[in-house]
Amino acid sequence: MGVEQKLGNMGVVTTTLETVVNWSRTNAMWPMLFGLACCAIEMMAAQAADYDMSRFGMELMRASPRQSDLMIVAGRVSKKMGPVLRRLYDQMPEPKWVIAMGDCASCGGVFNNYAIYQGVDEVVPVDVFVAGCPPRPEALIHGVLTLHEKVKVDTFKDFGEKYK
Amino acid sequence: MAQIEEVNVEQFKHLVSERALTGETMLLNMGPQHPSTHGVLRLLLELDGEIVVNCIPDIGYLHTGIEKNMESKTYQKAEVMTDRLDYMNTMGNNLSYVMAVEKLVDLDVPARAQALRVILVELQRIASHLVLIGTWGLDLAAMSMFLYCFREREQILDIFELVSGQRMMTTYIRPGGVWRDVPVEFEKAVRDFLKTFPKRVDEYEKLLTKNPLFVDRMVDIGYLTKETALSYGVTGPNLRASGVNWDLRKARPYMGYEQYDFDVPVLHEGDTYARYLVRIEEFRQSLRIIEQALNKLPMGPVRSENRKFVPPPRSEIGVSMESLIHHFKLWTEGFPAPKNSIYSAVESPRGELGMYLEGDGGPKPHRIHLRTPSFDNLSVLPEIVKGHLVADLVAILASIDIVLGDIDR
Repeated sequence: MGVEQKLGNMGVVTTTLETVVNWSRTNAMWPMLFGLACCAIEMMAAQAADYDMSRFGMELMRASPRQSDLMIVAGRVSKKMGPVLRRLYDQMPEPKWVIAMGDCASCGGVFNNYAIYQGVDEVVPVDVFVAGCPPRPEALIHGVLTLHEKVKVDTFKDFGEKYK
Repeated sequence: MAQIEEVNVEQFKHLVSERALTGETMLLNMGPQHPSTHGVLRLLLELDGEIVVNCIPDIGYLHTGIEKNMESKTYQKAEVMTDRLDYMNTMGNNLSYVMAVEKLVDLDVPARAQALRVILVELQRIASHLVLIGTWGLDLAAMSMFLYCFREREQILDIFELVSGQRMMTTYIRPGGVWRDVPVEFEKAVRDFLKTFPKRVDEYEKLLTKNPLFVDRMVDIGYLTKETALSYGVTGPNLRASGVNWDLRKARPYMGYEQYDFDVPVLHEGDTYARYLVRIEEFRQSLRIIEQALNKLPMGPVRSENRKFVPPPRSEIGVSMESLIHHFKLWTEGFPAPKNSIYSAVESPRGELGMYLEGDGGPKPHRIHLRTPSFDNLSVLPEIVKGHLVADLVAILASIDIVLGDIDR
């Protein structure tokens, strides 16, 4: 089924380099094993048996930022944690993406006060925001798939400009 | 872009031994991003080779200003904050806060609501211990434990979703009772859980309790004496693993815990393995409480009839002018609490969770202070890790079961 039928007897498929690169990036995205607060528990639940993010090539959580290319900011970011978060982001090799998981990471959530960043986009550039307090594992998976869609249409030209 | 500032290790120099200053021992930073610190805890370790000489916890990476935020909200609205405090024990936090409010304004709670609260809080205790045992296994390289424990936890979260509509941040327990009566499916869902879970606990025990790799990492590691535990204010399973029989559910019963027949597991070894065994036994005792509470779950209202503090049901608002006024007053300005201060505590999965509440006659609390168990439990860590390997520190840190949201709040 699928690709074999399209190939026919020739064993050749034509595509663009961009498509192949983007396809491979979406299917082996390594998130960083990094939780902040409540959302981290739902992120763990998304990794566990019932939701199983490995269906989308997302199961390999790396504890080191140098081995990961997706940062899931799961929880509220305090003023003390901000610099650490930025440092972790800077240590990640490019290409890299950020998902702001939950209301606190997206906009401060219920904590409109002195201690919490009102959205993690004050610290790092965010690709996908996932709403919910905390988001269900399904919502996180939806966020991840949205990110995959975004990566799939990335062009080399845009990419070069983004990381100039 | 916000101003990025680095926190310097130099400022901790006065807390380490002189050998560190001459370069004989090494300072190593563990965290705030580390998979086995269970959140954003930073530990500054002074190491002699692999051996921990000093351990200085640095907290505050999750400081949220919850106490201050609660003071700017009415008593009903402030409850939402308590969910996000210790996010493994959301129902327990609600209960702790709600009990404090009820004590402050002298509000009655119907028997059915009390029994429902007990069932849900005990389910939450099991869910919290499940996450602990799962991540503990993960820390000690038993990956399958994580998957099994989260499978059972989903079952509990499904029950929470059934009653409250939310998986984690439920805010189901309200001043004067609970939000609304449980749906008819509730009893079956809990009974199903009661049927499957004892077998699962046996499975966990088969996987871990006699597992030589697991036991080697835990026995005689992180010894916490009774005296040290008491002097640092350690509570909960950690204290009971050190031989002190202290459980608020028995010592100062609340919510009708005195009617239920259950044991408080107490062990005298005081090591990491004892702390594990206490929690495994608490699974079984919580199940006993849930079963008894469910068997004699009384019928009747789930919210107090005191309309000054509890909003009237929707059906009354259309026909009673008085109810409409109560409803309007409660949701616009809230209820006033007397000028008084009270302390009320519950037994959370981590220990004594206390709530100090001060009213000033208005609808907002004048001051809220939380006595959170993780804070005191973490403070004893530097005492018990001295002389152990860094690898053992991971096991010890898992065993004292901290939640950073609970510490930093």
